[in-house]
This record gives sequence, C-alpha cells and structure tokens, in this order.
Amino acid sequence: MTLRTILAASALALAAAGAAHAQQTLVYCSEGSPEGFDPALYTAGTTFDASSHTVYNQLAEFKTGTTEVEPGLAESWEVSEDGMSVTFKLRPGVQFHSNDMFTPSRELNADDVIYSFERQNGEGSWEYFNAMSMPDLIESIEKVDDMTVRFNLTRPEAPFIANMAMDFASIVSKEYADAMEAAGTPEMLNQQPIGTGPFVFEDYQTDAVIRYSKNENYWKEDEPKVDNLVFAITPDASVRLQRLQAGECHVMPYPNPADIDSIKANPDLDLLQQEGLNVGYLAYNTTQAPFDDPKVRKALNMAIDKDAIIEVIFGGQAEKAKNPIPPTMWSYNESIEDDPYDPEAAKKMLEEAGVSDLSMKIWAMPVQRPYNPNARRMAELIQEDFSEIGVDVEIVSYEWGEYLERSKAEDRDGAVLLGWTGDNGDPDNFLAVLLGCDAVGGSNRAQWCNEEFDSLVQEAKTLTDQDARAANYEEAQVIFKDQAPWATIAHSVVFMPVRSEVEGYIINPLGGHLFDTVSLAE
Amino acid sequence: MLKFFLSRLATFVPTFIGVTLISFAFIRVLPGDPIVVMAGERGVSAERYEELRSQYGFDQPLWVQFWEYFTGVLQGDLGESFITNRPVWDEFFSLFPATMELSIVAIIIATALGLPAGVIAAVNRGKFFDRALMSTALIGYSMPIFWWALLLIIVFSGNLGWTPVSGRIGLLYYFDDVTGFMLIDSLLSGQKGAFTSAVSHLILPSIVLATIPLAVIARQTRSAMLEVLSEDYIRTARAKGLSPGRVNGLHALRNAMIPVITVIGLSVGTLLAGAILTETIFSWPGIGKWMVDSIFRRDYPVVQGGLLMIAVIVMIVNLTVDLLYGLINPKIRKR
Repeated sequence: MTLRTILAASALALAAAGAAHAQQTLVYCSEGSPEGFDPALYTAGTTFDASSHTVYNQLAEFKTGTTEVEPGLAESWEVSEDGMSVTFKLRPGVQFHSNDMFTPSRELNADDVIYSFERQNGEGSWEYFNAMSMPDLIESIEKVDDMTVRFNLTRPEAPFIANMAMDFASIVSKEYADAMEAAGTPEMLNQQPIGTGPFVFEDYQTDAVIRYSKNENYWKEDEPKVDNLVFAITPDASVRLQRLQAGECHVMPYPNPADIDSIKANPDLDLLQQEGLNVGYLAYNTTQAPFDDPKVRKALNMAIDKDAIIEVIFGGQAEKAKNPIPPTMWSYNESIEDDPYDPEAAKKMLEEAGVSDLSMKIWAMPVQRPYNPNARRMAELIQEDFSEIGVDVEIVSYEWGEYLERSKAEDRDGAVLLGWTGDNGDPDNFLAVLLGCDAVGGSNRAQWCNEEFDSLVQEAKTLTDQDARAANYEEAQVIFKDQAPWATIAHSVVFMPVRSEVEGYIINPLGGHLFDTVSLAE
Repeated sequence: MLKFFLSRLATFVPTFIGVTLISFAFIRVLPGDPIVVMAGERGVSAERYEELRSQYGFDQPLWVQFWEYFTGVLQGDLGESFITNRPVWDEFFSLFPATMELSIVAIIIATALGLPAGVIAAVNRGKFFDRALMSTALIGYSMPIFWWALLLIIVFSGNLGWTPVSGRIGLLYYFDDVTGFMLIDSLLSGQKGAFTSAVSHLILPSIVLATIPLAVIARQTRSAMLEVLSEDYIRTARAKGLSPGRVNGLHALRNAMIPVITVIGLSVGTLLAGAILTETIFSWPGIGKWMVDSIFRRDYPVVQGGLLMIAVIVMIVNLTVDLLYGLINPKIRKR
C-alpha cells in the first residue's frame, strides 16, 4: 500500500465516519500551475507558493505579515565589523522530509546550506540568484563547523540578510541531491522536493492538484495547524470565486475587481486586504530638456489627477503613491506630503520654467501588471490631464520585450509608465535598483543620478543597524520627492477572499501565500 | 481500397513536413526575445544573456536550429521544455488523455443530439419545429464559449448546486493514473463514488465544448437531408410505398451522411481549439491550458512540439474521415 492510497483511504474513512477529530484539509484555489518545485530555478509566485513557502525554509524568514527579517533555519547571525562577512549559526535538530525514494540519515547541517548556494554558482538557469547579483556579492562560503556557516562578501551589503530570506535561498538537502544524482535522476529535486518546511510534498497532478501533508516533525511548535494542504489549480478568477462560494476551496487569491462588492456582501466569506509591495510610476527622462528641470517635472506631476486613475484603472482598489516605496515597507516616510492635484498652479509653474508648447511622448506598457492593470488607458488619462495645461502627448507602445529594452536607453525620448514589485522587502531593493546612479541606462528608467540621494542609499547598504538605515532611506525619500524624477502613481491593493471558517490567515506583504498558521474552525 | 488508402497516406508526408516547419516558425514569428520576456522588469545582464542564448541554442543559425528540431522529431524527440526540463513528449501524453476524454464525450453529445435534430428538422421543413431547432442552433453556434461556460457554472453549480464548479474529480478521491482517462481510472480505483464524481465533473465542460459542433452538425444534417430528400430515387422509394421511417432513415440519411461526416471530422480541429478556452475555465488539466501557458512563457519546445502533435492528430482524424467516405460511398473509392 503506497502512502497515497493510505491517505486516500483514511481521508475517505474519516469523511464517511464524520469523525469528531476529523483531519483538517485546507484547500487553496491557486491561480496557476507551478513551473517546478525547485524555487531557485524560477521567478514566478505560483512556483514559490508551491515550493519555498510550503516545502522549504530559508536561513532567515520574514516575520509573518511584515517585511522584517527574523531567524529561520539559522538561529542567529553575526555581521562582522567591516560588514564583509556574515556568520550564521544553524538551528539544531531540524529534520528533512522523506519520501518513497529517500529517508534522511541526518539532520540539517552546514553542508546542506553550502550546497544550496554553491549549486547556483554553476551552470543552469538560476535566475533569481543572478538577478540579485549573488555571484558578484558572494566571495566564498565557509564551513566554520558543522552548525556554523560563514558567507564572505566582496562588499558590505546590509540587505544580504533579507536576501537570505528570499525564495531562491531555500535550503535543500545535500544528502537527497547526492542520492538522486547517484540514481541518475537529479531532476527529482525539482519534481519531488524534499525540504524542512511546514508541509511535506505528496503529489502533483500536472495543472490540476498539488497535495501536501503536515510535517509532523516541524521545528516550529504547533505548526502547521492543518493535517493536509491541497492546491486546486483554478486559473479563471470568476471560477475561483464560484468554487470558494460552493465550499470547494477555503482561500483564493486575485479576485476580479468587479466581484469585490459581492464578496463583501456574502456572509460565508471574509475579505482580507493590504497594499501590495509594489509601485506604479511614470519616469521622466531627467537627462533631456525640458525634463532635466525638476520644476517642469513637478509641474507635470501636479497636473495628474491620481484619484481619477485609481478610480478608472484600479476600480478604486489601489492607494495613491507619494513615495517610491510602498507603505508596508519599513522606512516608508509617512511625513512626506504629496504634490497636490492643481492644474492651474501646474500651468503657472511651467510658464515660470519658460516652457511653452511642450509636446512629449508617454510610453504605455503592453502588458497587465499588478501595479498597472491597464497602462494604455492610464496613458490616455494622463494625456487628457496634460492637455489641460497645454502639454501635447503622443502615446507610444512596443511589444513587452522591446519595451523593456528600449526604455532603458539614456537618450530615450518621453516618459515611461512602468512599475516594480519588491523581492526581499528591503528598501534598497527599490531605491538603489530603480533610482541609483549605477542603474542609469538599466532599471533606472528616469536616468536620474542625484549624488546626495545616491550616497545616502549607498551608505545605508554598509550600515548594520536597521534604525540607522531607515533614517537614511527616509531622508532619501525627501530628496526624491523634491527632485521628482517620477510621478509616483499607485500601490495596488491585494485582496484575499477566504471562507469565514478560515482562521489565522495573514496576507504576506511580499506577495506569497503562507498556510502554516492557518486553521479551520470546526 | 488499398490503393485509395496509400494515395491518401502519400499526401500525409508533405503536409507533415509543412506542419513541422510552420510549428517551428510560428513561435519565432511572435515578437519578443524569449530571454528578455522571461527576465521581465528585473532585466538580465549582457553576459548572462549570452550564456542563456547558448544554453537554449538560440545562438545557432535558424536553419541549424530547425534541422536539429526536425531530425529530433523524426526520431520521436520533441525536445525538453525550457521551464520544467521535462521531455515535451512526456508532458503531452500525460495531459492529452484529459483533452481526449473531454473531446470524445463532447463529440458524442454533439453527434447524438445534432444528427437526429437535423433529420427531424429536415423532415418537418418550414414547420415550427424546424424553425425552433434551427434558431437554437444558430444561437448555439454564435455563443461566446467563455460567457456560456460561466453562465452554466453560475446557474448549475452556484445557484442550484447540481454540479461541481471545476476540476476533473472531487479532491477527496486520490489514486494513480492508469490510462489517464478519469472515467476509466475512477472505476479501476475501486473507490466508492469516484466514478460518479468524475461523471459529474465532466457534465458542464463537455456540454460547453459540444455546443458549437452540435449546432454545426444539426445544421449540416438538415441541409444535406433536404438535398437528398428532393432526389428522384427518394420519390421512387416513396412511390413504391416504403414507410417514411425507412425512406428517411435508411435511403436518405445514408447519402446525407457524407457531408455530415466531413463536418464531424473537421470539428475535431474546432474541438481542440475550443478545448483551450473550456479547459482554462473549468481548470481542466489538458493540453489546451498547457499550450496557452507555454506561449506566455515563450517555451519554444513546448509550443512547437504541442502544435505539431495537435496538427498530426487533426491530420490522422481527417485521414480516417477520408477512409470512412470510401466505406460509405463506393464511388469515392474508385476515383
């Protein structure tokens, strides 16, 4: 009798008996199929939900519901004086899962940690590891003793700890990898994952259902709460809602905006919500006249009616953005005042700057993104707003790949609509990546290099004290607002409808879905 | 008959080569560098870009890439998915039974209802029944599948609670694939209620998928029947005093079947296309959804391999239809 028949039989028996201590099975109607189960190979959220958030753990973790980092598989860590090395002390007694092919002979140790990272330095499509510049940053990884690992860095990098809580940094079992390599089936790491996480992978029926069972030996006490976890893959949002209403699942992501009111009205459902870890913006090219004049940029910003955009483009489900980082992120500067919507004043400011008969291009993305569900329509609204102050707008668009490439050019003409979704909850991931001097000609679409801003952000990278870092970032946001390289437009709001019997579900500001703390009321 | 079969088979070869070429070209004609699209907002360094290009073989000239693909196909190797790294062939055959099961049930529904409806309409030409049937068929034919599917789900699953919303079987049932056909596997599993659950999950999607072919078959049967019914030999048969049932059912229907079989054969293509939408709405794990995901991910091997397999299936079905003509109508065999 295989494990799955036992499971099925017991599930049936329990269902038939309607036993008082019935096994709790939580069903999550996920929005898409995972690409695989090795989170280091992929970048899609559906993959992370199915692997790094369920099967695996990382050295550090994000405290549930926040972007703050707390210990995970590492009990503690120490950053050296000069910031050039980080030493992780591993948690003792952590057990890996087992499956039909593999039973671990030992607990988690330094070899697993070193293997998990060193494999990503070799050949293969380790996209996130590369995208986060890990090959340049990590000089070497050292085994201090069985339970201690030291990362030597090429430069001080405070966000490194947050990076260690990211999905690509999931810790895999070296013993399992070796066993599968020896058996000639290394792909099993990606198909039948073995981790230390709250849920044990049982089975995946492609594009249909993923099944997990509770990790009885989980190192966190009292977690997970449910006995079984099932992902019922349901790509269409209307159908997901129907399933939720019919009780075929307990939690669903990404409802249709049009359904929000009916969800709120349904007594069987609860609607959770939170601002997403993203920002949608319009980036001027600050190297080209007249957009090299902050006054012109500010004037244009004041001409944009953001309330109308939130209403029309997001159906009201977004927050007006005033800062380049989202409000759920630490160091978000609350005290900053947004530029008021005032076309009259804007017109006057343009005149004062000596600009008349301005005509410009606005680039509209061809794809739908959480931070901008309809860029074309958004560009049209801004076009209308700008015409009010006598600025003539031509809207241009390219195929997505082209768009991303062409918008990087330093001599690009026009302002670009784009956005960003955070990777590791660290402000550096927005401020340095999108607005730093190094990123000009790349992801800094405003081509904006402000020395004062840049040195604050660069310095923050070398500080180990989070309060000190936050102070730098808060000040950087003041400079950003004053210089206005972007018009900050919106942070989308994430909605999660859950059935009312679901307890303990907390929206993760980093975007993934976590079920270790969730239980079902009887 | 053998000569007829061979001549039809001979046309298969150039079509196959053409289809291989088109399936290869199709995804490459789509704008967008696959590597840039995969990297998204995060971007990819020039160094890494070159590395990935050579890893996926994009640095080779196009004709080299095609030659490798084509020789692979001849050996039954469709390549590996960029995303999952699993052979395209394996992925296709693990998902295809789901699409096939849905399509077979849909075509049975379409034929079982469409054929009699067409005959009855033709026999009652111009009467109320004819008009009602044909207007319904027209509505069915013009129905946007997406809307129709959601409407059925909301009414039958949401409001009435008669059928499950989506999926292939209740989540409670859990057994190994044997044939990949849920109706058969659920019986083999021996689990109580599994078969009923599989059937109830199949009802709505197969109705949705059958809707357009049903309308087409009904209309085609009607017009073919009308043409045949006005032929001299039917008048003769009637004059000989044969019963209307025998005249309509045997003499007329057999000759009317030829265009109808053509339509049924052609609707296999329509079914596979319709399956893409139907599968997406009903979370049905078949090849339709798999193909759509792959196009968005620019997973070249899957898109070209999947297209090729679908084209070959449609070709085989049409070959079978050709052969069926020969059986029904000896005149075609001799041509």
